[in-house]
This record gives sequence, C-alpha cells and structure tokens, in this order.
Amino acid sequence: MSENVLSLENLTKHFETTTGGVFNKVKGVVKAVDGVTLDVARGETVGLVGESGCGKTTVGRTVLKLYEPTSGKIIFDGQDITKLSRHEMKPLRSQMQMIFQDPFASLNPRHTVGTIVSASYDIHGIKPEGGTKKAVQELLERVGLNPEHINRFPHEFSGGQRQRIGIARALALKPKLIVADEPVSALDVSIQAQVVNLLDDLQQELGLAYLFVAHDLSVVQHISDRVVVMYLGKVMEMADTAELFLKPRHPYTKALLSAVPIPDPEIERKRERIILRGDLPSPVNPPAGCVFNTRCWKVQDICRTTVPALVEISPKHTLACHFPEPA
Amino acid sequence: MKPFLEVKNLNVSFPTEDGNVNASQDISFDVALGETLAIVGESGSGKSVSNLAIMGLHNPARTIISGQAILNLETGPVDVITAPAETVRRLRGKAMAMIFQDPMSSLHPYYSIGDQISEAWRLYNEGNKKDGLKKATEMLDLVGIPDAARRVNEYPHQFSGGMRQRVMIAMALVNNPQLLIADEPTTALDVTVQSQILQLLRDMQKEFNMAVILITHDLGVVAEVADRVNVMYAGKIVEQAKVDEIYYRSLQPYTMGLLQSIPRVDQIDGHRLKTIPGQPPSLIGLPAGCSFRARCEFASHVAGDLCATVAPALEEKASKHLTRCHLTSAQLADLNTSDVRGGNN
Repeated sequence: MSENVLSLENLTKHFETTTGGVFNKVKGVVKAVDGVTLDVARGETVGLVGESGCGKTTVGRTVLKLYEPTSGKIIFDGQDITKLSRHEMKPLRSQMQMIFQDPFASLNPRHTVGTIVSASYDIHGIKPEGGTKKAVQELLERVGLNPEHINRFPHEFSGGQRQRIGIARALALKPKLIVADEPVSALDVSIQAQVVNLLDDLQQELGLAYLFVAHDLSVVQHISDRVVVMYLGKVMEMADTAELFLKPRHPYTKALLSAVPIPDPEIERKRERIILRGDLPSPVNPPAGCVFNTRCWKVQDICRTTVPALVEISPKHTLACHFPEPA
Repeated sequence: MKPFLEVKNLNVSFPTEDGNVNASQDISFDVALGETLAIVGESGSGKSVSNLAIMGLHNPARTIISGQAILNLETGPVDVITAPAETVRRLRGKAMAMIFQDPMSSLHPYYSIGDQISEAWRLYNEGNKKDGLKKATEMLDLVGIPDAARRVNEYPHQFSGGMRQRVMIAMALVNNPQLLIADEPTTALDVTVQSQILQLLRDMQKEFNMAVILITHDLGVVAEVADRVNVMYAGKIVEQAKVDEIYYRSLQPYTMGLLQSIPRVDQIDGHRLKTIPGQPPSLIGLPAGCSFRARCEFASHVAGDLCATVAPALEEKASKHLTRCHLTSAQLADLNTSDVRGGNN
C-alpha cells in the first residue's frame, strides 16, 4: 500500500473555447490547470488555495475524473486512473467522494434525506449491515443531525444542516479521499466553525484524506496540514501549513496573505499591506514567462520571458519563482 | 455638532401569510461625517433591511416601517422615513448613496459605463451629455481605473469584478454624497482585490469627508476599517461600541462567541474552533425573552428564567458601550476573560 492516497504528476486540463454556430471552430485554449504536481497522504488534509479562476476547482474535479485530464497522471491509492473508462472508474468511485460548495444546489429538492444519502448504496449495489435505513440514520447522527429526520426534504433544513447532509452522503461509502470544494464558504460565520470542527472530527475517526479547495485562507490555514497556492493554473508554492503562513517565499503567497484581514483592530492598524496592482489576467491569454509577472512587485526582465521551474527549496517546500523572498 | 445621520427606534417588518417577519427591530444609531460605522451580523440579522429603509428602497405596499432616520443636512433636518417619497428621491444619489454587493448585477449591461455615471451626475447638475462624460472620466480616474478616457465608453462586460466595483463607487460618489452606505462591497471579490477596494473607500472617505456605513459579515474587514461597530442578531442591535471595545472588551455573549469561532491567518496553533451551537431563530413569531438565549453559554449565569421571559434592552453598560444582556458588565467582563480560546465542545 502506497503512502499517498493521491498523487498528481504534471496534471493539465485545457478547455477549448469555440466560435459557436454551425462551424463551431476552436478559437482558443483555456489552460485551466497547467502542470500541477502534488501528493495527498493518507489521513492528511491538503489545502488548495488561490483566487477565482486559478484552476483550483478544476484540479478537484479532474482528480475525481469529472473532467478528463488533458495530460499528466492521476494516481489514486497506487493505481494509475488517468486513462480508466467510466465503467472502470465505477468501483473506485466509492473510495473518492466530493462535498460541494452550495448546499442549496447540490441536494435534489424532490428527494428525502434518506434517498439522498442512501443513493450511493443503491448505485454501488451495497447492502449495509443492519439495513439501509439504519445505516443512513447512523450517518445522520454522526454528522450531527437528528436521525428521525430521515424522511424530511432538503428545504426543511438550514444551510449548515444541508451541508451536513452533503457530508453524510460523502461518508456513506467510507471513502479514502474527499474532495471538498469550498465546503464552508456559503455558510454563516457561527455555522462555519461547526462544520469545520465536524470535518476535523471525521478525519480523526475515519482516517480520511481531504483535498480542501477554498479561497478563504483563514479556514484553509486552520484545517490543512499542507497548502498549495495556485495562480492561473500553475502551482506557485507548496509547503507545510505553518511554514507557508509564517515564512512565505513566493511574492504572490506573501501578497495574498497580507491581503487577508485579521479580526484584530490593533494588528490591522500596524499592518503593512502589499497591495497588488490590477486583476488576474485572462487564462485564455496568460502572460509569457512567469504567469504572475504582470502583478508582481519584484518583476525583472527574466520573469517576462522564462517560466520559473517548480523546485524544492527545502524539504517539503516547493516554489516557482526567479526571485523568492529571503528565508 | 450633531451627527449626520440619526436613526431612532427604526422597525421594519414584512407581512406574510405566516405572520409578520420582524426583520429589523428597535434600531437606533448615529454616524458622523468622516466616521465609519460597521454593521456586522449573519444572514437574516437585519443589517441590510434597516439600511434599505434609510435609503427609502423598500416597497411601501409590502413593508411596515416605523421610527425615524434623520439626515442633518445643511438646509435642516429631514426624516427620511416620514418624508414624502419625492423628497427622499431627491436626496438619494445626492445626500446619500449606496453601493451593493454584486457589481455584476448592479450595472446596466446595455449602457456604457460613461452613460451610467453621467446619468447620475446630470440628475443633479446642469450640463449636457458631453459634460456628463467628462465628469464620468474624471470620476473613473479618481477611483483608479487606468486609461479612463478610453474605458468610459466601454460596457460593463468589458470590466472585471473589481473594476465594476470601482465603477459603482465612482457612480455613488459623483454627486459628493455625505452618507455612503456600502452593503457587503467586497464580498464578491478576491482578497487581493478586496484590499484595493477597501483602500479606495478609505481614500474617498477622506477626500469627500463622508459618513460611511459598511455592512459586512466579515469581522476581519470590520477590524480593518471601522471606527464604531453595531453587532446585529435576529433583527436587533445586540452590541454597539467603538471597534476596540468590541474586539477586546466585548460585553455581549454573541459577539464573544463570533470572535472566538473564526480562524485567523496569524494564529497557527491548530486549536479547536469554538462554536456557537444551534442556529439563528426564525424572525416570524420570535419567542419572548432574549433571542440568543437558546445558543448562549452564559444564560445559566442569569438568575431565574429572566432570559426566557424578558427581552433585554439595549443598555449602556460601560462608557459609550451598549449591549443587550441581563448580565452585569462586571459579570460579562469576567466571563469574557475567563473564557479562553480552546473551545468547550
């Protein structure tokens, strides 16, 4: 058994943009994910952060083969799944599950909670011990819902409770890996903490690994063992959480962290921010050289021409920058 | 000098078949020129509803509003709640302006950016379309849109989210309002763009000496920009004080719970997040007593069943520090310090 539940090797996912109409010609290519390499160990949480359009969600979906990768390798639990067909993927799907961002859109409004959570049993033809109903009720109880609510419909629950239903569904088949795509960003502050703690507990009990995709760096910092920072489809920096947050080496990571407000007025008054100019460039036409060069305050000529390689600068700390910040 | 805006006992409710939704109750606060008041609360706490009432943006046929919201204009005070709709319309966009959360849906897709800003300007100023476009270009320049002379002729879809929010700010400020209400102005934006927009709002506030009301759910943003804070829960203001009082000497169990339940990028200690159990109550037929009591960990410190029977009033329990709680300020201060991070569940 390999140590990593998931390994991505140089994963790319390109989307073609087309002109539409009768001829529907290919107009351009969006390099949503452009050469991502990362590992997730068993029982580990890897946070994937970046601004909208950086490709973090696409990575999550490609990992589960909801998108076919353009190139690169996806190794799940020691097995190369990159080229597996839908049919061949099916038995593996029970081991990899997803939690979605929007607890309103991700539950079928016409199905009861019981039907929603037990759907995975039906799909995989599994008869849980003691019957489906009992298994579902146990799951509901495990995620902090009243097991008697098995016959209720999604609209009878609040946002936080619905997210718990989504988590129960993901847990039904005892997966090894859960891809959680912005699982708490739609929730209110007081409810967020409840769900974050639930995810923590479940991980400890069940030995789950999470690929935690989110834009909120405070939450990612809290939940992750390691963090990957993406920008325009590429990995900029990757390190253990404490190292990345305390000693960021990539100028983008540094700017991103300095932009996150801290709920402490005294700290905020003293804080110096790195304000990045402008917006994210379009991924259809990314800048040549380092993709971050248009907004970087340390930019030099070489950044505009040569793509910096992703190198390991110290154990478990990788970085793609020509002019990293001093350690 | 009187504060620019004085809100007194403002109530907003929406009649429905199931009963009245009491979205905002007993709201009183004021904001001075040059000051930033943050209104913080979770969804459904009434933070937007009360401010839409000040702007006169509720449908009168479907809303019951009572109380006062007085603008102390140079020409004399005007109560925008009782004033005729036409009077309020003439203040909107001139004395008071608003920017909204979603810059995608707040701009008209068929009109150029310049047309939309100049429309707002020409409403209150003499000038033809050409003057309007000139003013629009000036404003775009002021809010930091590069190449304003060219971009003034472009359309909203040609702008990014952050740029559209700058356009919204330019439009709100074109008639030098004295009060700016910003309703979650950065919630839809990425953090790096958020810090640009918050900086811009601060610069503009200085430039125009405006009173700013910032509505947000993000306690980090509040710490960054606010002078004073209203914390709202279930339609009511539950705590009102200067920003440091709220963050370091809170006298409100709900605020304390909120502050302890958020992870921070500068605290990497893996402590377990404290949670507030349960969820906010429905605003239809709120039960008697304190709306927060079912989730309050301090309710047991109150003698008898006071929390369940009597709704606490908003009282000044320390200098300029108001809170709704049956506990005394000494008890609250004690519970706040003894209750260290690390959580109880």
